[in-house]
Amino acid sequence: MLKMQNVGKVYRTDLIETHALRDFSLEVAAGEFVAVTGPSGSGKTTFLNVTGLLETFETGQYLLDGSDVSRLSDDARSRLRNEKIGFIFQSFNLIPDLNIYDNVDVPLRYRRLKATDRHERISSALELVGLASRVKHMPSQLSGGQQQRVAIARAIAGDPAFLLADEPTGNLDSLMARQVMDLLEQINEMGTTIVLVTHDPELARRAHRNVHVVDGQISDLKMYESRAVGGAQTLGAARA
Amino acid sequence: MYSYYLRLALKSFRRTPGLTALMVGAIALGIAVCIMTMTVYHAMSGNPIWWKNDRLYAVTMDNWNPNQPEDPQHPDLPPPQLTFKDATYLLGSNIPERKVVMYARQSVLTGGVAERKPVPVTTRVTTGDFFAMFDVPFKYGSAWSASADQGATPVIVLNKEQNDKLFGGANSVGRTIRWDDREFRIVGVLDTWSPTPRFYDLNNGAFSEPDDVYIPLGWTRTLGQYPNGGNTNCWRPETVNTFADFLESDCVWVQMWVELPDKASRERMQALLEGYWAEQHKAGRFPRPRNNRLTDVGQWLKDRGVVQNDNRMLVGIAFAFLAVCLLNTVGILLAKFLNGAAIAGVRRALGASRRQIFIQHLIEVGVLATVSAVLGLALGALGLLGVHSLYVTNDVVDAVTNAQGGYQQLTHFDTVSVLWALMLAMVSALAAGLYPAWRIGRVSPAVYLKSQ
Repeated sequence: MLKMQNVGKVYRTDLIETHALRDFSLEVAAGEFVAVTGPSGSGKTTFLNVTGLLETFETGQYLLDGSDVSRLSDDARSRLRNEKIGFIFQSFNLIPDLNIYDNVDVPLRYRRLKATDRHERISSALELVGLASRVKHMPSQLSGGQQQRVAIARAIAGDPAFLLADEPTGNLDSLMARQVMDLLEQINEMGTTIVLVTHDPELARRAHRNVHVVDGQISDLKMYESRAVGGAQTLGAARA
Repeated sequence: MYSYYLRLALKSFRRTPGLTALMVGAIALGIAVCIMTMTVYHAMSGNPIWWKNDRLYAVTMDNWNPNQPEDPQHPDLPPPQLTFKDATYLLGSNIPERKVVMYARQSVLTGGVAERKPVPVTTRVTTGDFFAMFDVPFKYGSAWSASADQGATPVIVLNKEQNDKLFGGANSVGRTIRWDDREFRIVGVLDTWSPTPRFYDLNNGAFSEPDDVYIPLGWTRTLGQYPNGGNTNCWRPETVNTFADFLESDCVWVQMWVELPDKASRERMQALLEGYWAEQHKAGRFPRPRNNRLTDVGQWLKDRGVVQNDNRMLVGIAFAFLAVCLLNTVGILLAKFLNGAAIAGVRRALGASRRQIFIQHLIEVGVLATVSAVLGLALGALGLLGVHSLYVTNDVVDAVTNAQGGYQQLTHFDTVSVLWALMLAMVSALAAGLYPAWRIGRVSPAVYLKSQ
């Protein structure tokens, strides 16, 4: 599904160079649920931004669904992002002056789908997250858990190949966090690859595989389901 | 997709109604000021008969003081008017397709169905070609025939306003009216006609009202009255005991225009002027160097300084004001758009390209521009109404306003002004929004996704 080889990302100011990712290599197979953990400033978010084609990188290669996306134009990267990647954020990032229906509609609009097609996708996504009856509600009228479920509906409405979730339960209480994780697991079981960035070891344990990042490099790989030991490629191949 | 962007723009305005009103107000105010000054400037500098610019020519000959030009500020220009004897000589030529010799008179008009006291009117004493030559529209009747120009034929043409006042707007052709205590038969009534600037006679202000009535030039000798409605300029002492002496004098006081349809006729007319000048020069007249001109309308307005520097300066100030308004708008838009950078970041994450974010915000600016244009147009119209009211006209103050240059003539909104204003508003507001829209398209989404 995604394969990074020796990816390097550097942030530069006049005085300082910060290597956010260095020789970062990771392969995630289709259908995997991978948790990325690590301390603050370790490069988790940079990894997520690079993976989600929100940021470019200086060195290395990144294959997404078999295609090299290292040097694509902004238009091409945006199109890929729209078609293949779904984002779930810690602070939900719903657009406050759009109702639930219109929020879920946003990525579909950029894909230029027909209105009937969009309606069908929005309805089934909201159905899946249990909010089909709240289409006219504004985000401010929903609880945190409900807002995150809307964000998940928005992420999956376009039927992306994989989801990138950045601390999706960070702003939720434990009950709601559990519900959101249940939902993510359910989506993963339906075949969608998920990459979850989290601080929480409990949540990480619910993934198939845990990638630990320190100083922009992978320091540890754990596989919770099969407990197999080996490189990422082996783990990916094992799940496939 | 564009309708989606339009919806987003309207939502954005609803989200920040105060800021939106401020921006619309700022742009509209700048536009309105520009519209007002440009409308006046456009009217002043426009050629009101541009479609005949290569056919109509003012005839001038330099019959002035050998020691100094008629206009020391423009020594290269001949006097703008001719002597009566020179004009009547040239009038005899059959080279021009049409030719007009004319002057203005102040007269008194009495009659009509409305019981009206005698009123002062401006009369143009002219040859009948005046109407066809200057494309003057008739509501009723027509111009007098060529034979009427030969003598004191008692025929008269009223303008629309006078006909409205005297006959309630009815067809008055064939009726009689008293002009300076003489009975005249009405042969034509003009439709609305108000060339601005009044190029054909700039003596009483380039922007004064058109004449009220028109009578044949043939009346000049019969009336035997010295001109009282324009400028009479003489450069040397002459013995003038009778009106006939005056007509033979070297005083300049009549205007002459000719219609020359092609280059050949222009060359022939110029040759006629040169030949006549040489003959008169030999006889002791025209003491200055040869300077005979056929001047088209556009050049005529430039030569005669119809557009003053004050007006150009005013336009400059208006545009500077608009620039200040736009700069403010740029600042507000930038603040507003960057304030929404997090939402733009979310959209980017969900698949919007930089170009799409740019277009989305540009459409928002476009809507802003449209609303500002309409409001600016309305404010501009109100402003022009205000200018107009400063120079409000009625029968009593007509003369006063004419003396002030007839600015009320300049404050009309025409189609060109409206289109121009709309274009100015759109371009201005879009220019103001271009940079903010570009900036928001360039923001890095990753920065905002974590922090929203």
